[in-house]
Amino acid sequence: MKTLLIPAAVAFALSACGEYPQTVHYKQGEYQGKTDARPYDGPPWNGDKAQWEKDIRARGQNQNEYKRAS
Amino acid sequence: MARMKFLCDSERCIECNGCVTACKNEHEVPWGINRRRVVTIGDGQPGEKSVSVACMHCTDAPCMAVCPVDCFYRTEEGVVLHDKDMCIGCGYCFYACPFGAPQYPQNGAFGQRGKMDKCTFCAGGPEADNSQEEFEKYGRNRLAEGKLPLCAEMCSTKALLAGDADVVADIFRQRSLTRGKGGELWGWGTAYGKGDFPKDEPGKGGK
Repeated sequence: MKTLLIPAAVAFALSACGEYPQTVHYKQGEYQGKTDARPYDGPPWNGDKAQWEKDIRARGQNQNEYKRAS
Repeated sequence: MARMKFLCDSERCIECNGCVTACKNEHEVPWGINRRRVVTIGDGQPGEKSVSVACMHCTDAPCMAVCPVDCFYRTEEGVVLHDKDMCIGCGYCFYACPFGAPQYPQNGAFGQRGKMDKCTFCAGGPEADNSQEEFEKYGRNRLAEGKLPLCAEMCSTKALLAGDADVVADIFRQRSLTRGKGGELWGWGTAYGKGDFPKDEPGKGGK
């Protein structure tokens, strides 16, 4: 019984001592994170970049009081 | 191609801090972090000037150049963003930034720095657009909703302009010609004055 228990206890006690690589290897000069979606990928543009840009430009013109007043 | 830029007209800024409040409220930014702030030069003296300052999303961003873990990327629209999962909070970007944009939450027992937080041009981050995860880490993604940054949209005097470079530059040009003064642009030379605009793939970033 003892001969079985001792190896089992040793195996259990050392189970967290496994060696595995813990360093992250970065490629210098390149973005390493997750890929981002583009703002026009979702609805209502569904990938229509030209329309999104047109909408953003139109919204940007709301900041121009000279146009809003005339 | 849209190239997103901020432009602050110091002739119009009245130091109301509406932009600061709008940003904090929109993104639910925690205490101690100011993605945007208003700086007043010559406070109380005749001719004092105020400027609203945040990340300018530089063309040749120094923060990207110094980041040891390369967590920064530039979107197609010229917005400089970062992946908070990669950030180690080293603070190099803070020292490199000419605008003092990077902010660090300090809620540890010994004043330890958390992951860097900065203005995202209301473009979120590298999580699914308008997801809860993106909101919690980076704030709201208004560009994906077809809206411009709230700080500029909320500005009562329209001193702070945001959007496509051509559009904001045209508005400012018309304005300064009409009033006949105040054609100086604070921070534009530092942020956008160097080199050509890089044509990066979305999410690829690079230096």
